Amino acid sequence: MTEQSDPAIVTVGLRKAYGEHVVLDDADLRVPAGSVYALLGPNGAGKTTTVNILSTLVAADAGTATVAGHDVARDPDAVRAAIGVTGQFSAVDHLLTGRENLRLMADLHHLGRARGRERVEELLERFGLTEAAARPAATYSGGMGRRLDLAMTLIGTPRVIFLDEPTTGLDPRSRREVWRFVRELVRGGVTIFLTTQYLDEADQLADRVGVLDDGRLVAEGTPDELKRLVPGGHVRLRFADADGLEAAARALAGSTRDDQALSLQVPADGSLASLRDLLARLDAAAAEVQDLSVHAPDLDDVFLALTDRSASRKAPPA
Amino acid sequence: MTTIVRAATDSSTMLRRNLLRMVRYPSMTLMLVGMPIVFLLLFVYVFGATLGAGIGAGGSGTDGRTAYLGYVVPGILLMTVAAAANGTAVTVSMDMTQGLIARFKTMPIARVAVLTGHVVGNVVQSLIGVAVVLGVALLLGYRPAAGPLGWLGATGLLALIAFAMTWLSVALGLVAKNVESASNLPMPLTFLPFLGSGFVPTDSLPVGLAWFAEHQPFTPMIEGVRGLLSGTPVGSAGWLAVGWSVLISALGYLWARRLYDRRTG
Ligand SMILES: Nc1ncnc2c1ncn2[C@@H]1O[C@H](COP(=O)(O)OP(=O)(O)O)[C@@H](O)[C@H]1O
Ligand SMILES: [Mg+2]
Repeated sequence: MTEQSDPAIVTVGLRKAYGEHVVLDDADLRVPAGSVYALLGPNGAGKTTTVNILSTLVAADAGTATVAGHDVARDPDAVRAAIGVTGQFSAVDHLLTGRENLRLMADLHHLGRARGRERVEELLERFGLTEAAARPAATYSGGMGRRLDLAMTLIGTPRVIFLDEPTTGLDPRSRREVWRFVRELVRGGVTIFLTTQYLDEADQLADRVGVLDDGRLVAEGTPDELKRLVPGGHVRLRFADADGLEAAARALAGSTRDDQALSLQVPADGSLASLRDLLARLDAAAAEVQDLSVHAPDLDDVFLALTDRSASRKAPPA
Repeated sequence: MTTIVRAATDSSTMLRRNLLRMVRYPSMTLMLVGMPIVFLLLFVYVFGATLGAGIGAGGSGTDGRTAYLGYVVPGILLMTVAAAANGTAVTVSMDMTQGLIARFKTMPIARVAVLTGHVVGNVVQSLIGVAVVLGVALLLGYRPAAGPLGWLGATGLLALIAFAMTWLSVALGLVAKNVESASNLPMPLTFLPFLGSGFVPTDSLPVGLAWFAEHQPFTPMIEGVRGLLSGTPVGSAGWLAVGWSVLISALGYLWARRLYDRRTG
């Protein structure tokens, strides 16, 4: 990933509304070639809409988008020739077998008979579908269907791949499998644009993350940069009784108490020095701690902090 | 690859897909010919004797029934073609709801190929259905007087009509919000032969209905097929049938293309 190399995806002021409802508001994105970009957001944030615009399915109302060097509005065919798309819901022909689905894709990419067959068998093998290849796709499990879907996307060796919530609804094992395929693809030099509702997924896979909330890109950066956006982690203390909680809460200004759970949440950056300081203050207050856990800031905190802020921004003045 | 060659290659790939689906799911084809066959049996055995006497073709009883069989087969064949088109609307709608159309749209394939694959596949399916229904009619004693040229003409006309119905049904499949409404939207096509000359001559109908029956496209289509199969003069019905088919094909095609190419999500 070099600064000079042309970015794989660039959008400027991308906007889309359905009637009055603005679902994508002034989005500027820049995805370097060969990197993984994760668009992170809850249901209805506008992730699929973004993927649809970038993959030429839907026209934007305003703004421009360039994918693999081609304008999606003016030269959609050139964009289509460069991309592969795996939609949010698996799109395979249920009546055909796994192999037939892949052959169909090979033929549509004009790979030719011999080359097509070779590529189909190669992908069946790579996605662990060789044994199930002769069975109708209708009989596949969720994970297998997803793998077939991914294999179909890869037939044409796309340079830019869109994965819309590739692991939603998958069991943890299938999820890890998809992650492994994504990492393999990246090693092969392709650019990946994925969307997810899972913070750990973005953290695991992405070079850069964009946080999308209600059509607005509320934050953007590397996972580490995003984590730095929130004040820091915290230490969680649990007490045997209300007296302990009371004493500790008085000694530790700025902490948040939960009387029900008899617990206290103390802001801390997780360093050893800050922990030592904390313990010293607890000792001085003679507060009996039953249980202590350290929480590093994760994307969950980022997400909550950012979306809370955007929610309060939108809220009408009380 | 030139645009034309690409469109032809991709269309034939899509056609192969649809034929393969037909082989994999033969019950769909059987279901589509089932209804016309039921109507054929019903009309010939239950109403045939009376209706045969009514259309004044031969006496009553068995003679009337055989005469009515000769009269009703073209209408039943049109019904077969319409039922197959109905099946296409369902298939297209399934492709939409299962995300396959979206997948095809993001691929560098000729835009029209997805639709032509469905259309040509369905014309093949219609003709298979027509052959099956004709086979049943022959078993029942249907003996059309047509020579080779008449058969050729009837087959060609039925294929053209199937082509027209299918383009219309593809558009209906694309416009339908879900599979269920896709299966209902083209339903009137299946029943239009009743409101034409399919089952009784139009002059036996009440005035308003007779006017509609004489001017709706199915009547010349049925008359054209009937003339070609029975070896009687086709008259203006033939050209009217071809004209209607070309018009419906063109409108169905333009509508389907427009729906397919829209990028509103
Ligand atoms: N075709 C459409 N017509 C009307 N509203 C739509 C359409 N597609 C999406 N939306 C709305 O746009 C918003 C964003 O949807 P989407 O991009 O699918 O979100 P996500 O993928 O992040 O869940 C949602 O509120 C959704 O209801
Ligand atoms: Mg979505």
